[in-house]
Amino acid sequence: MTIRIAQLSCGTEYSGVQYEIESAARSVGAKIVYPDVSYDQVKNALERFGFTPKSPQLQLMIARAVSIADGLYDADAVFITTCFRCAEAALVRNELRRFIQENTRLPVVTYSFTERLKASQLLTRMEALVTIVSRKELLARERQTGITAGLDSGSSTTKCVIMENNKIIGKAWTASGDVVQCATEVLEEAMKMAGIEFKQIEAIGTTGYGRFTLGTHFNAKLVQEELTVNSKGAVWLADRQRGEATIIDIGGMDNKAITVRDGVPDNFTMGGICAGASGRFLEMTARRLKVPIDQLGAYAVKGNWVNAKMNSYCSVFGIQDLVTTLGAGKSFEDVAAAACHSVAEQVYEQQLQEVDVRHPIIEVGGTSLNAGLVKAIGEVLGEPPIVPPDSQYIGAVGGALLSSGCL
Amino acid sequence: MKVFIDPPNSMILFDLVERFGHEPLSSMALIQEKVDNIEVDMPPMNVTLDDVVKGLKYAGVEVPSGIRGRLAIWGPMIEAADAAIIIDNPPFSFGCVGCDRSNELTKYLIKRRKIPTLTVQYPNDEEEAKTMVGQIRDFLGGLKQ
Repeated sequence: MTIRIAQLSCGTEYSGVQYEIESAARSVGAKIVYPDVSYDQVKNALERFGFTPKSPQLQLMIARAVSIADGLYDADAVFITTCFRCAEAALVRNELRRFIQENTRLPVVTYSFTERLKASQLLTRMEALVTIVSRKELLARERQTGITAGLDSGSSTTKCVIMENNKIIGKAWTASGDVVQCATEVLEEAMKMAGIEFKQIEAIGTTGYGRFTLGTHFNAKLVQEELTVNSKGAVWLADRQRGEATIIDIGGMDNKAITVRDGVPDNFTMGGICAGASGRFLEMTARRLKVPIDQLGAYAVKGNWVNAKMNSYCSVFGIQDLVTTLGAGKSFEDVAAAACHSVAEQVYEQQLQEVDVRHPIIEVGGTSLNAGLVKAIGEVLGEPPIVPPDSQYIGAVGGALLSSGCL
Repeated sequence: MKVFIDPPNSMILFDLVERFGHEPLSSMALIQEKVDNIEVDMPPMNVTLDDVVKGLKYAGVEVPSGIRGRLAIWGPMIEAADAAIIIDNPPFSFGCVGCDRSNELTKYLIKRRKIPTLTVQYPNDEEEAKTMVGQIRDFLGGLKQ
């Protein structure tokens, strides 16, 4: 079955990125489709939608969305994309995303592109859309069975979890280097902790940037992108498998905001343009402050971000702010708090504006171990997030949980 | 004379300019050339990264890529034009299905060239349509070959 992803867009042809979008979809077995609409439908759709942008292509985009919402056009998922920096398009993009979610049960992803967009940047998003549509039964899985392992090959760390009958019996992590070598290392350590041998593992699930390499190497039963796998891991760890939630996953290289319904994502954004909004920036801050990364949070909790100005969107300029602030005699605590606040603020401004935040908010990923960042996220969002135990192992837990469905 | 038309893909304007003895500068031919090009890098329109970068001549890097991509095609035509005809407020079905920011910039670039330009309103009925065609005919007839 070919998954039909309806594209609602403005500017893709003239930006020279249409081919890249279609390549990304093809590479995950999906097809980009464009709902046909008549001229009269455009006029009626604008009246119904209630927003009349001046750009005709945005008007067409609205008509296509209305056609999907009214069931006049058959699609499995929706990809909404417009030019980066276009204010009018940004308004339409977000309102259309909300409109589609209110009127359909289709998974939606939004994206703003530049002319340098490459298919690889869209791969994870397209793969997630396809997974949500084609693996509904697998994603509905709430209990892990048998003995399975999950391997999460992230940009900063590689994690492994071994589960038996819905319990974690082994876990390990290491800093990422050679993909296979690191995964082998954490797998062996986790097996040692679990007291089992490799032959006892009935299925392996891989996720993260190195998922394909690891999937081949370990003959994994499940090789899946991190958006759906992490969501499952997060709701399992937080014991929020039913109902709605928002998952905030601030990783080493990118960050994700995912809304879920019964553990299955229905909207997500993934940021990766700026390192200033990722765990990498916190690493850089810790290095500059000459404190171990695992102690940065403790410093930040004691500090007050208001006392140190760090509001740059770029990690390079962010560090420049940091140097200036330290030079002005501000305390390490205030600077650490400001760094955490800066990351939280950027995630709020860049990611969370593109999803409708649902409660509770679950914060996961390696950065959720940083108490300063958890505090900052709570301050920015106005409510403290839930940080489940083993929150850094979401991908590995999701991999172990879902791969048991392949047995 | 070379007459740039706006919307740049208006079939009616193209036909009128040609009918009254001038060379229409429209996006149709350029787009066709791009679509038919044997080495199609970026289907459907083969607007490549190089094209969008060329658009920087007309709009800075902070301007969205779709505007720069459009201007990379329309801009050189505006530069080459001896005259221009603009239809104001065309409906959705007439001419370019595009971006209003690009349309605004196009009109501005035409104005900046200080070439003979006719701006007419899109007609609402047959009488207005006849008047519009008459205005275009007179304008084109007045252009020196």
